Amino acid sequence: MSIQETTKQALSELFIDQATDTVIAEPPPAATEESVDQEEAVRLPGVIDQNYDTKGFHLDALVEHEQLVRAAEILFGLGFFIESITGVDWIKEDQLEAVYDFSRYDFELCRVVVRVFIPRTDPHLPTITGVYTGANWHERETHDFFGIVFDGHPHLIPLLLPEDADFHPLLKDFKA
Amino acid sequence: MSQPIELQKDETFVLNVGPQHPATHGVLRVKMTMDGENIYNAETVLGYIHRMHEKMAENRSYPQYMPNMGRLDYLSAMAFNHGYALVVERAAGIEVPERAEYIRVITVELNRVSSHLVWLGAFVLDLGGFTPLMYCFDDREQILDLLESVTGSRLTYCYFRFGGLYNDIDDEFIAGTHVFIKRMRKELKMYAKLVTGNIILMKRLKEHGPIDRDMCQRYGATGPVARGSGIDYDVRKNEPYSVYPDLDFDIPVYHECDSFARYMVRMDEMEQSLRIIEQALEKLPEGPVNPKKKPKIIKPPPGDYYAAVETARGNFGIRLVSDGTKNAYRLKLRSPTYSNMHLFDEACRGMLLADALAFMGSLDLVIPEMDR
Repeated sequence: MSIQETTKQALSELFIDQATDTVIAEPPPAATEESVDQEEAVRLPGVIDQNYDTKGFHLDALVEHEQLVRAAEILFGLGFFIESITGVDWIKEDQLEAVYDFSRYDFELCRVVVRVFIPRTDPHLPTITGVYTGANWHERETHDFFGIVFDGHPHLIPLLLPEDADFHPLLKDFKA
Repeated sequence: MSQPIELQKDETFVLNVGPQHPATHGVLRVKMTMDGENIYNAETVLGYIHRMHEKMAENRSYPQYMPNMGRLDYLSAMAFNHGYALVVERAAGIEVPERAEYIRVITVELNRVSSHLVWLGAFVLDLGGFTPLMYCFDDREQILDLLESVTGSRLTYCYFRFGGLYNDIDDEFIAGTHVFIKRMRKELKMYAKLVTGNIILMKRLKEHGPIDRDMCQRYGATGPVARGSGIDYDVRKNEPYSVYPDLDFDIPVYHECDSFARYMVRMDEMEQSLRIIEQALEKLPEGPVNPKKKPKIIKPPPGDYYAAVETARGNFGIRLVSDGTKNAYRLKLRSPTYSNMHLFDEACRGMLLADALAFMGSLDLVIPEMDR
């Protein structure tokens, strides 16, 4: 089994309701590119395959914020390293998206993107510094730029912005 | 006559390294809590030359943003050009002519050698050896002259265009590159004799600055830092792009996990880069360097795209989120030294201060790229 399938299967377990043992969100099997783009805003949590040639990554997982740490643990166990954490401000939908990029030190290539959507007002996410120590700076940076609060982060003070910064420059309604 | 001094066991003090310290190669500050000569704890403070490149991407069109790439990593600007060109070409579906791909590889590899030469000179200078810096800058000057003749600039290149290049290379460049390769091979042997075998260098690097595989994974370290820890990871091989699959080269990997391993990786990489350039020049096809058909205004379809390249320091990734307009909706730059430097705080604990600075040099820092 290829690493892509293994990872997909491991991540899919997140979306199985433990009590009833049924899949609560059936991901569309290998959706075509256009349909993914159109459904991006209303996508249900789940893992889908992406076309690497056009997108640049293999697996695309949309998780709920309480599944995030578990997802990071699964990926760490499978030998993934953390590439980056960042945000996207979807001001029209009144949502913030946090994007986690993972990759592997392996010749069997597999890039995984984990996304979480959170409300724009009072955005909170659990920290994954317990799993990936290197998430520390990435989360601080995301806090700087988007104001996302990472609960449980050991040292959430501005990293790239001045130490007294109270603004978040990558929010779309930021005015300099 | 001296009075007995009572020392407290937990007596530590804070030492500020930087932001204007020569060993940090730029404006990087490390707040070190010292226990005598030993580092008890370290906290890196970034952001002294933060310019918010990611915000700039949102308020200018795709071609207008290309010059920013040279301002991120001033030593390896060509590879950053390549990364940005790749992601936009992937998003907008622009084809690149083969000749342009080969010239891209040649210029990127020349730039990689020049970047490693600066690192070598500065690193040995950190360790107290002044002479190699002079030799390194002399060799690097040859590359800068070559690249200046085709790109028009010496440091902050803006040579790549979406789908091609700013201009074609000429016979003079090709001849000059052949001369340079011959010269550099001789110089590399000289460096091996002058620097690598030096007993002082070995004693300061061997078994110092340990970074193991687990630490690399937790921090996401890439490039020579990962390859010095026995990780066989190079984006050019693991995630082939451009014409790298057609070229025959090796990825030097060392398993000692110390500063000397990272040193050796970079020294070997220079030789491999020369091999790549040689083959690329040989295979260089005729043809145009820009595509015949290219949209006048680049508007990638909505969605998000990712591309990664191997710069001189590791994996440089770009995530582009497009909303279908002529400006990027969001552009994330994943710079390699950002992750590589992050592990310094953990790895330097318990080290002597002087060793920690040698270790910092072995990470090959470029501050503008970390701060972005």
